[in-house]
Amino acid sequence: MAIDASGVKKVAKLARLSIDDDAVEVTAATISSILELVDSMQAVDTLGVEPLAHPLDAIQRLRPDQVTEENQREQLQGCAPAVEEGLFLVPRVIE
Amino acid sequence: MTALSPVEAEPLLYNTTSNRPNPMYDKTIAEQSRALASGEISSVELTQTYLDRIRLFDGDINSFITVTEALALEQAAAADQRRAAGDANAMTGIPVAHKDLFCTQGVKTSCGSKMLDNFIAPYESTVTGKFRDAGAVMLGKTNMDEFAMGSSNENSHYGPVKNPWDKSAIPGGSSGGSAAAVAAQLAAGATGTDTGGSIRQPASHCGITGMKPTYGRVSRWGMVAYASSLDQAGPMTRSAEDAAIMLNTMAGFDNQDSTCLDHEVPDYTATLNDSLEGLTIGLPKEYFAAGLDSEVEQQIRNAIAEYEKLGANVKEVSLPNARLCIPAYYVIAPAEASSNLSRFDGVRFGHRCEDPKDLMDLYIRSRSEGFGEEVKRRIIVGTYALSAGYYDAYYRKAQQIRRLIRDDFLNAFKECDVIMGPNAPTSAFDIGSMSNDPVAMYLSDIYTLSVNLAGLPGLSVPAGMANQRPVGLQIIGQHFDEARLLNIGHRFQQATDWHQKSPALV
Amino acid sequence: MQWETVIGLEIHVQLATKTKIFSGASTAFGAAPNTQACAVDLGLPGILPVVNEEAINMAIKFGLGIDADINKVNVFERKNYFYPDLPKGYQTTQLEKPIVGAGHVDITLADGSTKSIRIHHAHLEEDAGKSLHEDFHGMSGIDLNRAGTPLIEIVTEPDLRNAEEAVAFAKKLHSIVTTLGICDGDMSQGSMRFDVNVSVRPKGQQEFGTRTETKNLNSFKFMEAAILKEVERQIDLIEDGGTVIQETRLYNGDTGEARSMRSKEEANDYRYFPCPDLLPVIIDDSRLEKLKTEMPEMPDAKKARFIADFGLSDYDAEILSADQGTANYFEATVHASDDAKLSANWIMGELSRSLNQNSIAISASPVTADMLGGLIKRIKDNTISGKIAKEVFEVLWQGECSTADAVIEKKGLKQVTDTGAIEAMIDDVLANNTQQVENYRVAEEDKRGKMIGFFVGQCMKASKGKANPGMVNQILKQKLDG
Repeated sequence: MAIDASGVKKVAKLARLSIDDDAVEVTAATISSILELVDSMQAVDTLGVEPLAHPLDAIQRLRPDQVTEENQREQLQGCAPAVEEGLFLVPRVIE
Repeated sequence: MTALSPVEAEPLLYNTTSNRPNPMYDKTIAEQSRALASGEISSVELTQTYLDRIRLFDGDINSFITVTEALALEQAAAADQRRAAGDANAMTGIPVAHKDLFCTQGVKTSCGSKMLDNFIAPYESTVTGKFRDAGAVMLGKTNMDEFAMGSSNENSHYGPVKNPWDKSAIPGGSSGGSAAAVAAQLAAGATGTDTGGSIRQPASHCGITGMKPTYGRVSRWGMVAYASSLDQAGPMTRSAEDAAIMLNTMAGFDNQDSTCLDHEVPDYTATLNDSLEGLTIGLPKEYFAAGLDSEVEQQIRNAIAEYEKLGANVKEVSLPNARLCIPAYYVIAPAEASSNLSRFDGVRFGHRCEDPKDLMDLYIRSRSEGFGEEVKRRIIVGTYALSAGYYDAYYRKAQQIRRLIRDDFLNAFKECDVIMGPNAPTSAFDIGSMSNDPVAMYLSDIYTLSVNLAGLPGLSVPAGMANQRPVGLQIIGQHFDEARLLNIGHRFQQATDWHQKSPALV
Repeated sequence: MQWETVIGLEIHVQLATKTKIFSGASTAFGAAPNTQACAVDLGLPGILPVVNEEAINMAIKFGLGIDADINKVNVFERKNYFYPDLPKGYQTTQLEKPIVGAGHVDITLADGSTKSIRIHHAHLEEDAGKSLHEDFHGMSGIDLNRAGTPLIEIVTEPDLRNAEEAVAFAKKLHSIVTTLGICDGDMSQGSMRFDVNVSVRPKGQQEFGTRTETKNLNSFKFMEAAILKEVERQIDLIEDGGTVIQETRLYNGDTGEARSMRSKEEANDYRYFPCPDLLPVIIDDSRLEKLKTEMPEMPDAKKARFIADFGLSDYDAEILSADQGTANYFEATVHASDDAKLSANWIMGELSRSLNQNSIAISASPVTADMLGGLIKRIKDNTISGKIAKEVFEVLWQGECSTADAVIEKKGLKQVTDTGAIEAMIDDVLANNTQQVENYRVAEEDKRGKMIGFFVGQCMKASKGKANPGMVNQILKQKLDG
């Protein structure tokens, strides 16, 4: 399946990425060639085949409901770009 | 890093001169461990030797992103004390390097990305924690394709890694830094991760031994995720025996990783010398078809002949869906990656753009500035594959094909004990020769991807040279059959000396 | 034109686990910002989730409590979108294989009839953090303490037809989750939050009208007001020739204003896919059987039992069985007092008035069920009158004494039941009010009943309320009529 420049821009925005205008055509062509590569799957009949999520078909283990984490705010915020009063700062959130 | 001119350096740092044959850095972990135990050398001396070699040679090879010199010497001194106190294991005092996607507390963990150039991990990954607890010395963090996306190590914010055998060649990827560091004897061993071949292929290209264990054998806690259902950490070493020693430390259940399996960990060194008499090796006809370089094929066939001499039987098997591993992988991995990498948003850690004017601007500029081209490409492909209307045709379809691919292996293993073949269609290609053609690069992963999709263990051992560059033999086993793979690799290395060869560094 | 309203609800219920759904960080409310957000909750690179067993158990209990099917194979999926309170850039939730399948919740309407509201499904997911909009130099502050708190999102069929039904349903749901002990029910802290889907259609029309969704209503009162306002808005709009557009709306409970949420208007594509860091959760029969044995009596069953065993009215039984705390308190009071009717009256009267005035939960009442039971006992055995009992209650509420008997003793409130003493007191009152006695005696028979009240009042006043009112009445009557 091919994707055009506007399609690539739309998907990029969904992924919160920007693509320079002068690179959009090239990106669209590259992405299209990748999609063409993966489209070879479509010829395969997979009717009734259960998707494989874990190669050993393992199941989820459950954790006891016990508090194991102490406050580590100082440490965990050590790499945060903008913090004030223990809060992560972002441009104003408008609802 | 201040480059020390080779002439000023101690002669013992070289392996080009013959005045000290088989110096300590040219020994395996097994040998170094015995030398540490006998007191022939101290961990501090051994560590210093590697640090010196890194300073001498890595400016050119670029296999390290961070060298933790002070920490390494501190850990080495502690290891020596521990040894003196009689509390040592095979890894105590052995200098190793970790791929820069294992979180290491207090040490930069960049994933080869500008996005994490400023990220000092506040916690330790399970794998690096196990090495630390065993008393291993961390020399530093190795270069890699950004977020482990790549087969050539050209996609690093910190520049490409050069193949120590031929500096015009790629070392392979994404664990290219680890492979090059071990090949150039800048570390006794290294950790890598393998999502679609990222341990086996660079091991093959750099002439070293590399193992991708069964999915779930090694904990992924603290390993920055590329594709969660495929990522698996493993050892990169100079011999199968060393890989067994490192895997003894790495493997095991971890209750912090839901996908990690609670399966007994054997002593991988205990069965290294078992006989190969009666072993049945399956050769998938699909792996010896058009596209495989004839020199590579010759080396693989030579290696298989060697196994026949060791008592193994060879038979042809079929993996009918083998070719589908490329489309399936290049949907599943980008899809998972597109979601795994959403957390890099400039809010809690990582790169944040200057003066964002609003939230959208913060997200878009931080991510667009922080991620490199290949990462963006895969995020876009993955986002597209998961977007409305395409999920069934892409992600679900790929997961169905994944089951077909796994079942092919399970069927093949009814007829043989292990499967052998190449790791890559060619030996290492030239730096820059494929960087404008991602699809061609993806196609070169044809022999390694399906092992990840099926969750199987795979081992690459050096098996000769093709076009003057190393070639590795890939050995694929059944789930949890790591001990047998290491045994098979070890017996080959007892009979051949490809793994003992090392590149001449000047 | 006659309009019909159609309402469907989505309810987020915070589960009362000690820790987050995927991490071992505490879920306690009110901690300093980001002190209960561990590396997993912050979505730091390399971290991985592990499922909290108690969250699974609580969700199953909810399913059992509404007669729903429990899905044996549970898959967690990622819902991908960017928002500052969503640290990983995706919410881990369930889509195709939710833990709780179709069920129903029965509500009692104002006319006493019951209506069954169908539950479409309920799924497990993680809560998001909070954006604080106080002015940080024009920025917002993000607190991720709440991120990762386990939620079940309950989705109803569009079976509700007006605000009253919606509120009755919401209260019943509150009663179910608190009875099950899977939610603390504290709506002021966001433990239950309602999203209301509202549409209107001409009465008799089959197809639904276009609906709007008003998000995050955290009180029954706000929910009711928001529905009424939205219904009115939609009808006005249509009657003025306009059309309702499908949108997400926000209702401000403090100002009573509603508006469209512009930020959510951008078409979202959530790219759901199974979370590759988590594996299918398989619910086996042994887990189900074990949880079934742990199920408490549900509100409907409890109400029926209160009516049958205690002779309560439907109304009283409904109120007293509505939440686990009240029901427990009631049963303990009956046990201590051996009088269900008085217990019911006191709990729904004096006690609930005091609790409401002071915003105290019944579980934290300073007057315990044992204390109230002891008080009721003294009313029953005529030690004190109902009026004095209120005084005793007040003293108990203030915490001065810990039993009714101690209050009665300390304050000398024991009722006077000695005939001689009462007679003497009555004689005094009659002697001091000769005119009124005269009036009484000449009055018509049917007026006397009212007039005797004056003398009773005087007597009670003289005894400081301690005289047994029944005896006072009886003796007065004898003496006056004598």
